[in-house]
Amino acid sequence: MNHPTYSETLLQLAQADPRLVVMTAENRAAIRDLPDVLDARFVDVGICEQTMVGMAAGLALRGRTPVCHALAAFLTMRAFEFVRTDVGIGRLPVKLVGGVAGFLSEANGPTHQAVEDVALMRGVPGMQVFCPADEADLVTGLPYILASEHPVYIRHTALPAAIDHDPDFQIGRAEVVFEGSDIAILTYGVLFREAWLASRMLRAEGISVRLLNLRTLKPVDAEAILLAAQDTDLLVTVEDHFLTGGLFSIVSELLVRYRVAADVLPLALSERWFQPGLLADVLSYEGFDAGKLADLIMARWHRRN
Amino acid sequence: MPEAKATLATTALRVREHAIRMSGGGGCFLGASLSCVEILVYLYREFLNISQDLLDDPARDYLFLSKGHDVPALYGLFVELGWLDSARLANHLSVHDQIYWHPNRNVPGVEFHSGSLGHLLPVAAGVALDCKLRRTPNRVVVVTGDGELNEGSNWEALLVASAHGLDNLLVVVDRNRIQANAPTEALIPLEPLAGKFRAFGCEAATVDGHDFNALHRAFFEAGQADGRPQVVIAETVRGRGLPSIEGRVDRWFCRFSDAEVTALLDELHGAGPARLYALPEVVR
Repeated sequence: MNHPTYSETLLQLAQADPRLVVMTAENRAAIRDLPDVLDARFVDVGICEQTMVGMAAGLALRGRTPVCHALAAFLTMRAFEFVRTDVGIGRLPVKLVGGVAGFLSEANGPTHQAVEDVALMRGVPGMQVFCPADEADLVTGLPYILASEHPVYIRHTALPAAIDHDPDFQIGRAEVVFEGSDIAILTYGVLFREAWLASRMLRAEGISVRLLNLRTLKPVDAEAILLAAQDTDLLVTVEDHFLTGGLFSIVSELLVRYRVAADVLPLALSERWFQPGLLADVLSYEGFDAGKLADLIMARWHRRN
Repeated sequence: MPEAKATLATTALRVREHAIRMSGGGGCFLGASLSCVEILVYLYREFLNISQDLLDDPARDYLFLSKGHDVPALYGLFVELGWLDSARLANHLSVHDQIYWHPNRNVPGVEFHSGSLGHLLPVAAGVALDCKLRRTPNRVVVVTGDGELNEGSNWEALLVASAHGLDNLLVVVDRNRIQANAPTEALIPLEPLAGKFRAFGCEAATVDGHDFNALHRAFFEAGQADGRPQVVIAETVRGRGLPSIEGRVDRWFCRFSDAEVTALLDELHGAGPARLYALPEVVR
């Protein structure tokens, strides 16, 4: 499971493509090695997310592909109007990399929790949304994401690979990790690993579980989701995001649009921020670790049958 | 100045005529449009290396209109430059054209859409940064309002522009001293404005924004790069050219009848104050 890091992959892509400019609003956690090697193509604007996004729009007007880094909460919310107005209306291929989104903000508290980022970013016309399961998944998709002519929001993660991911990455196509005909678990990002472990537990109990790593939430793999709804008896959406606007909403929109009736168990944050703490503790406390996910899904499955 | 001052003044008069006509029908932000006429005429006629043939030239200059509600002046000037068919101005606010209250790139010559204040200084700083990276000789001009400077993003962008030594970035403040519905100094005082810009690492000069010779001197000076972003504070008068609305806090957005538009055009040409019946409108 050896794979290059995000930073190494970004550097390699930047060396191959002089249009790439790496920007940050003084958040260097994911790109610590790049300033020296990229020289003038590494631009740290200081703590001003909206100016970074505005400048990125200006760079894109000149043919650049800016890759902007900031904590997801500030990139998607503090700078939202710049994202929507300059990048969105301008339909410019700016890439927005949000750090420590969802549960990855750990003990920072609600100021730093981006648990509405998917809702906000997918609401911008033309914006694509990439939520990789782990760093391996991230670097698998990165070349395609950076080559996209669209603006893209990327939920960054540095988590170790949960599985050997399918190297065949396509924007708008989910990774089918397990096939199954009883339950389909749909997930993305940090919770992929927990959902994968939960799937294994459920499968060990004799339940046929399908597991989808959505990869891109916009465009989303509508076909895979509708097939899952048709082929299985229960859909489960698992996300470290508010219940509104994220994957559960995406699935609901698809089911209504295509007139597909399905039983759906949404596991998300309903009308609240999460209790700050270290990741493993948050997962457990909030009921999103593999064991609790498996219990919740199993309970619902048995109630259903 | 290569071009005679009289010729520039004639262009300015034509631009004002276009803007006044756009205040008929559904109206426009006439007061703010009239204050920036000399600034735009000077920049496009004398200062900027921009023409329709050059739009793909990576070394050309840029003008970003950040106070986008004054776009009637820009479109009027585009007609005078021969970039825009004058017939399109008659489509003002038509859903079948793209000539509406704020600028957009469907009109050739517009660099970027604006309307939300405090956006184009950051965008222009990005363009200026790329010009520096490529070592191209472009000058990147941003025209802002003064009320617009209430928005913090302008000051963020100046900090960053200053840190990156973007002396190819030239900010022009249309200092008409009236924001939407209030005098700037009565609402959120900006003075000492030049001092604020200098404190943010910029070179700043204040000039009469309706005097072509003064603008020429100021921009010639500002064009001499010294490692700092350049700011020209152009002291102007809202509604300039129409004494009946000049300097009026309540004449930002204007919607006049055909008869009033005719009277205002006469006033522009020296016929005395127009009689206005349209009530002042408060938009925000």
